[in-house]
Amino acid sequence: MGEGVSAARPQGACALVTGGSRGIGAAIALALADDGWPVAINYLTGAAGANSLVAQIDSRGGRAAAIEGDVADPDTPARLIEAAEQALSGPVLALVNNAGVRADGLALSLSDEDWRIVLDTNLGSTYRLTRTALRAMIRARFGRVINIASVVGPRANAGQANYAASKAAVIGFTKTAAVEVARRGVTINAVAPGLIATAMTDDIPQEFRDRVPAQRAGTPEEVAAAVAFLASDRAGYITGSTLYVDGGLSA
Amino acid sequence: MAEHTSEQIEKVITDSLISFGANADDVNRDAELTALDIDSLDLAELSQIIEEQFGVELTSADVAEIATVGDAIDIVVERS
Repeated sequence: MGEGVSAARPQGACALVTGGSRGIGAAIALALADDGWPVAINYLTGAAGANSLVAQIDSRGGRAAAIEGDVADPDTPARLIEAAEQALSGPVLALVNNAGVRADGLALSLSDEDWRIVLDTNLGSTYRLTRTALRAMIRARFGRVINIASVVGPRANAGQANYAASKAAVIGFTKTAAVEVARRGVTINAVAPGLIATAMTDDIPQEFRDRVPAQRAGTPEEVAAAVAFLASDRAGYITGSTLYVDGGLSA
Repeated sequence: MAEHTSEQIEKVITDSLISFGANADDVNRDAELTALDIDSLDLAELSQIIEEQFGVELTSADVAEIATVGDAIDIVVERS
């Protein structure tokens, strides 16, 4: 391979998906497994979902492990990476920061706890896990960090000031961290889903759905396809970008 | 942790700097890291290598004090 060409995924590399027991995270774990990544699936409350996903990946001939942990806890990230590396016998060279929560309310009535839980889970864990995972990635001269952002953040959505702040910050973090490590073959990108049909969006009103140019909600698999692409060898020259998977909502 | 000779430490640091892109002919004790095009990312990676190989943890304050190749070797020799 000549100089300047994207490196290939090293043998033994594995992936870690936070919040991977259901919804978008579960679809991402499956898509990465289908691309040949051994996948560590982090979960907080969805043990049954995570375990059944591991069984599903096993049955397709892949490798996976379920790892419990609250990513909002500052001590969790280092432990998660270590547990993933032990369970799958290889360095975590693809990290998908997917775990996220909502605690909606108008900015004037948000509680400090609403603010803290959303920022710690969505933003703090992205920073801490990325910081930890980058150590092995820069040594391997290969790495993929994919941060799940949102159309909310770059754009307003009344009732989600805390969520918007966390997701806009994830995009800002993605850009700057990406340029810091670009020359080590490590890419850091964001994927910004719009309205995706999961348990987390069950309560989204019809009027919001009507605003989507595609006139439908997206599927978790459609988000996962974008993540799998960014994790692939083919995406080695894409870094610091945000890929919108939103049916045209933010166009 | 086994003792490490200053020659071993010098070799690991020199090899690392060359792997980061420093010109091998220019790497000597007196060389300034900035003149070798070694930047903060390289120093962060060098700190990891030093920690793994010699069990010496360098803080960002320690790293900020390192100006020359000799400074890097000396701080690790002193602490290993």
